[in-house]
Amino acid sequence: MQTLASPAPRRRPRARHWAAQLALLPMAATVLLAYLGTLAWSVRVSFSSSRSLPVDDFVGLAQYSRLFASERWLLSLQNLALFGVLFIAACLVLGFLLAVFIDQQVSGEGLLRTVFLYPYAMSFVATGLVWQWLLNPELGLQAGVRALGWEQFGFDWIVSQDKVMYAIVLAAVWQAAGLVMALMLAGLRGIDDSLWKAARIDGIPRWRVYLSLVLPQLGPSFGTAAVLLSVSVVKLFDVVVAMTQGGPGVASEVPAKFIMDHLFGRANIGLASAASTVMLLTVLALVAPWLYARSRGARLGGQEGGR
Amino acid sequence: MRTTTRLALGTALACAALSTAQAQVRAEVVHWWTSGGESAAVKELALAYQAAGGTWVDNAVAGVEAAKATALNRILGGSPPTAAQFNTSKQFHDLIDGGLLNTIDEVAQKNGWDRMLPAPILNSVKIKGHYYAVPINIHMPAWFWYSKPAFEKAGLKEEPQTPEQFFAALDKLKAAGLVPLALGGQAWQEKLTFDAVLAHFGGPELYLKFYRDRDARTVQSDAFKKVLLSFKRLRQYVDAGSAGRNWNDATSMVIAGKAGLQIMGDWAKGEFQAARQVAGKDYGCFPGLGPRAPYIVSGDVFVFPKTSDAATIKAQQLLATSMTAPATQVAFNNRKGSIPIRTDVDAQAMDVCARLGLQIMKDGSRHLPNPEMLVTPDVAGAIQDIVTKYWNTPQSADDAARALAAALQG
Repeated sequence: MQTLASPAPRRRPRARHWAAQLALLPMAATVLLAYLGTLAWSVRVSFSSSRSLPVDDFVGLAQYSRLFASERWLLSLQNLALFGVLFIAACLVLGFLLAVFIDQQVSGEGLLRTVFLYPYAMSFVATGLVWQWLLNPELGLQAGVRALGWEQFGFDWIVSQDKVMYAIVLAAVWQAAGLVMALMLAGLRGIDDSLWKAARIDGIPRWRVYLSLVLPQLGPSFGTAAVLLSVSVVKLFDVVVAMTQGGPGVASEVPAKFIMDHLFGRANIGLASAASTVMLLTVLALVAPWLYARSRGARLGGQEGGR
Repeated sequence: MRTTTRLALGTALACAALSTAQAQVRAEVVHWWTSGGESAAVKELALAYQAAGGTWVDNAVAGVEAAKATALNRILGGSPPTAAQFNTSKQFHDLIDGGLLNTIDEVAQKNGWDRMLPAPILNSVKIKGHYYAVPINIHMPAWFWYSKPAFEKAGLKEEPQTPEQFFAALDKLKAAGLVPLALGGQAWQEKLTFDAVLAHFGGPELYLKFYRDRDARTVQSDAFKKVLLSFKRLRQYVDAGSAGRNWNDATSMVIAGKAGLQIMGDWAKGEFQAARQVAGKDYGCFPGLGPRAPYIVSGDVFVFPKTSDAATIKAQQLLATSMTAPATQVAFNNRKGSIPIRTDVDAQAMDVCARLGLQIMKDGSRHLPNPEMLVTPDVAGAIQDIVTKYWNTPQSADDAARALAAALQG
């Protein structure tokens, strides 16, 4: 900001370098203490027999073996995987289609954009509650349609053991698809107009242009969207609590809820820390290949472009 | 509601600080009572403390878990509050083992708590001969609430006295086109229902063998299997929208006469009161089946984090004294919906259900400690997971029993 207002006189690069390093020190300390330090501490706690207070003993992998003997934990991992795949795929497809739809110079584009993006501005808790009522077989959609005369109509996913996770995916997609749409739309608008003109001259159908030319160019948008969506998959907690509280039974348990329950209500921070460590490792295992590919790409790009 | 209460409290405290020069007896109290009735109740505690010459600094944290986490974090972080709320249970025993709590032996001895407190509560706060917490109320988590109009509609003249009569009553309610049992299908409510079935259908001995002795053979016994089957049988009397429902929404079904019965703690009374219904007239309550039904005792306590500061210790002891005084007890518990921890109070101001509860509390043989007094939060949680799974899936009673036996050892 300052440089924009009144350009400071140029200093020698080395001095600036030194000053920048110094200025970064507090941040480095924060990273070391507040992020990595606490992380190391939770890993340490996961090897102790801590209940409601951290204890300084060492019990080896006992908490981990208890964790993986727990039916609820295994189920919550399964649920997370199912949710992750369906949620990310559905959001990407739906978001892309919405963006394409809006990109057709429809009238009232601003309004449509707001409508589609609006759910994302709502908290997950509110989303969860709204969908809980909508899907409640005694109050919501099912009761409404039945009242209209379709007596046999059934839509009770939220109270069904096998389908409750799909109900949660439905609510989550409703919320996040708008965000993907916004990202995709920005990507679409970034595509050169001459591409479209060329395609029209060649007589290529629109859908074909989207599929073969536009889609590949949207790679970075898809990447960003996928990262954002993955983060909300790992964090998945509020919408489950608001919609089902992990029920019926334990059918919609997710790891974050397992961790929170054991951290506070069940006074077992040892087990909760073990579960968080497993989550951390899972995320690292998924992120590592992506980071590697990116750093490789950056290095190659750097070589090509020079400095 | 909270802001208003805070304002009211703040004003009251400001006046107190001006009129008396006893600001040094200052108590910061962490609790989770934030709903309308609850904050009205906690205000009674604050007023009583102020009348005894102390200054009450209110620190209400919304949510039970959040409040407990706040207290724990502050204790561990070295800036503990003067007092912190917990349930009458084993939740704070880790703190005692860690040497993080002050005792209040002096107050307890002076006021004769040994004679005054019911056994389950005494056992929960008196550990290895020392008093570590001040009990503040008694909640009974397994009351049966019923709608009088619904019972009339189903042709039911009286409250069921045996499990058979109970199921017969449910059948009649169902035949009358009502939801027989209003249940919020959340894991803790299912567990609460299970505990009620265990205590009232299985009997106190079976209950204690399960929770206190953690006896694996009991769990495999026929009597226990019968309890599991009775519990599951209740499922036919619950409506399809039960899953995920909040407890107060289930209570509303009873209030509206849409449902016949609900098994819930005495905090449900607040909902009936808010709907301007009168106990004994619009709705009925019975604490179990038959005249000898056990009375499950639970409730809230305040613990006093360790400090060597004389002024704080004085503040803590004054809290313990003023909270347990008979007048405070009645004023507080009337607002809270619970009953006093002592039976030597004036019951005039209480409603029918509370008076019934107080009457039963005089008979020690009917007291039953709540599960959380007997097992750690961890084991209680594991049992809850199994109960909710058994309730919601076609799992057999044998499998559930096996899982329970394993959880009890954990």
